[in-house]
Amino acid sequence: MEKKNNWRAWLYLAPMLILMIVFIFYPLFNAFVISFYKDYQPLLNQRAAGITFTNYTFVWNNYFFKAALKNTFVLAFVSVPVSIVLSLLIAVALNSIPKVKAFFQTVFFLPYVTNGIAVGMAFAVIFNKNYGLFNAFLDWFGIEAYDWIGSTATWGRQITALMIFTIWDSLAFKILVFASGLTNIDKQYYDAAKIDAASRSTVFKRITVPLLSPLILYISITSMIGALKAYNSVIGLFGDKLGGKPRDMITIVAFVYQYRAQYANIGYYSYAAAAAVTLFLITLFFSALQAIVSRKRIHY
Amino acid sequence: MEIRMEKLTKIFISKDKKEVRAVDNVDLTIPTGKLIGLLGPSGCGKSTTLYLIAGLLRQTEGHIYFDEDEVSEMPPEKRGIGLVFQNYALYPHMTVRENILFPLQNLKVEKEEAKQRTYEMAELVGLQEMLDRKPKELSGGQQQRVAIARALVKKPRVLLLDEPLSNLDARLRLQTREEIKRIQRETGITTVFVTHDQEEAMSISDEIVVMKDGLIQQMGEPQDVYDFPTNLFVAKFLGNPQINVFDGEIKNKKIYIDDMIVSETKFPDQKIIIGIRPEGFNIDAEEKSQLVFDVNLVETIGRDTTLIIDMPGQEAGLLDKKSFKVIVDASYRIGSGHKVHFTVKPDKMHLFDLNGELLK
Ligand SMILES: Nc1ncnc2c1ncn2[C@@H]1O[C@H](COP(=O)(O)OP(=O)(O)O)[C@@H](O)[C@H]1O
Ligand SMILES: [Mg+2]
Repeated sequence: MEKKNNWRAWLYLAPMLILMIVFIFYPLFNAFVISFYKDYQPLLNQRAAGITFTNYTFVWNNYFFKAALKNTFVLAFVSVPVSIVLSLLIAVALNSIPKVKAFFQTVFFLPYVTNGIAVGMAFAVIFNKNYGLFNAFLDWFGIEAYDWIGSTATWGRQITALMIFTIWDSLAFKILVFASGLTNIDKQYYDAAKIDAASRSTVFKRITVPLLSPLILYISITSMIGALKAYNSVIGLFGDKLGGKPRDMITIVAFVYQYRAQYANIGYYSYAAAAAVTLFLITLFFSALQAIVSRKRIHY
Repeated sequence: MEIRMEKLTKIFISKDKKEVRAVDNVDLTIPTGKLIGLLGPSGCGKSTTLYLIAGLLRQTEGHIYFDEDEVSEMPPEKRGIGLVFQNYALYPHMTVRENILFPLQNLKVEKEEAKQRTYEMAELVGLQEMLDRKPKELSGGQQQRVAIARALVKKPRVLLLDEPLSNLDARLRLQTREEIKRIQRETGITTVFVTHDQEEAMSISDEIVVMKDGLIQQMGEPQDVYDFPTNLFVAKFLGNPQINVFDGEIKNKKIYIDDMIVSETKFPDQKIIIGIRPEGFNIDAEEKSQLVFDVNLVETIGRDTTLIIDMPGQEAGLLDKKSFKVIVDASYRIGSGHKVHFTVKPDKMHLFDLNGELLK
């Protein structure tokens, strides 16, 4: 029986499979191959002059790649955990005020349906040194006006601004997911906890978080992957200079894009490919690590 | 500890804005150290009553006292109750040990003592070997016992059980109900046991409380409630097979079903409803009685023979013909189609007015 119907399954899957092969597997494989080409310049009609590993050593020793790695890692390993904790707290708070829940869910969902680059441009205004809301806000606490995203901004201030924007931008989706996860938790656990004299913080730590842990894992893997691919947010906030000072906020994807498209519009395809493959391996490594670590912790 | 409810009322507003009086003006006293079965059909307000006692729901009106203390406004964790939920509500991510320990940790019980008490509880419910398992690695009956252990470990003054056996299969249900009885005896804790299964309530309770539509119908020892139901609902709800219900009439101090005289009575002439338990019939071997039926079907199981007889006063040939059951000793050899004369045991017959209230 099973054997007989197999071809039908393949038939139904075929459209999706073909699309995936053309747009995902083949490019992935091709990037991998190109990353080993020597002196490959397709736009100059220059074919590969052999196989080499020097593309990788060039990329890994490149000053901007190291800067990109640092920026990307800060985004992935600082802003992602912060945004998860924040969104979890907001979702729980929303859940405990059922009457206004719908209203606030709409408010928090708005950023999600707004274009990231447009929002980034709005944030660029907020972070403006002279007339931005952010400095005006800090002024209340007697903090002097800083340059956050301009040409005199330090790396620390720029990455802070970028993280604030990234966190805000990613909050909406997470809140939505957690809020729906919360409504799926059986109310009886909370009744039981009340009877068992659990305090609010105990309920959060020992019941809500563990019961949401599969969702938290899902969200942390997907948002970490998203953060490792950060690019839009930088363009939105800093424009294509990629920083207050050019390239201060460069990310791995921005690096790939530069080497693929710039340099007299000819680009260095093999460098771009080597950086892309490196990013792929980094992403794979951290996703696998997260999955393995959490498999030990999430089991019910 | 005694639980006293005074004029206790809980009104829910349903989705279509209608008032549902889930618990309606209930006056009820639950005596110290007894196991009370709260019995009634689904939706009659049993769980609501239990949650009101627990403090998980707030009464619309009325008062609840634990002994002399009024607890009506007290939050659940202050009331000192243990509650076992219908589907147990064991925390799925915690082991049995952690589940039982959880209330003690919240009450800041000293560590060594908490460990000791957890173990004692596990022993009481016979799960000391299972302490490191997760709930999903246990059978339904075992999960049930963890829930009881978790409820009892903080030494509550009252144990409340919401349909604790309804998720178990038939064999386990019998076994677990004995187990609950034993635990209640050993601890002597005042216990309220909610169920919709009359047999369960009758077999395990010191006293039963029968509820319907948020109203208490009757309270008493199981056999007393069975023998002296105060209304037709209680008479019908207790007993399996159900009590047989006939339309009847009293004329000249005689009780009639159809045109047959059943017995004599002191009540005045009126139309009535007659309830006769299946075991409430004697076969009149001398064939003198006026109560005569054609036996339709005969089922003999072990000691008992069940006679299935068409309800009198129906036209023949109807598709939805009603029948009633008579249980007699298997030593009578009766076949289907036989005409049998019956007399009725007076203490197995109950007379109700047309509203279903017992004739007094
Ligand atoms: N939270 C609620 N909101 C509205 N109606 C409810 C709620 N809880 C229970 N009810 C209603 O109250 C009545 C009694 O319910 P319940 O106490 O759960 O019955 P039981 O436990 O005897 O089956 C039912 O009619 C039910 O629909
Ligand atoms: Mg119920």
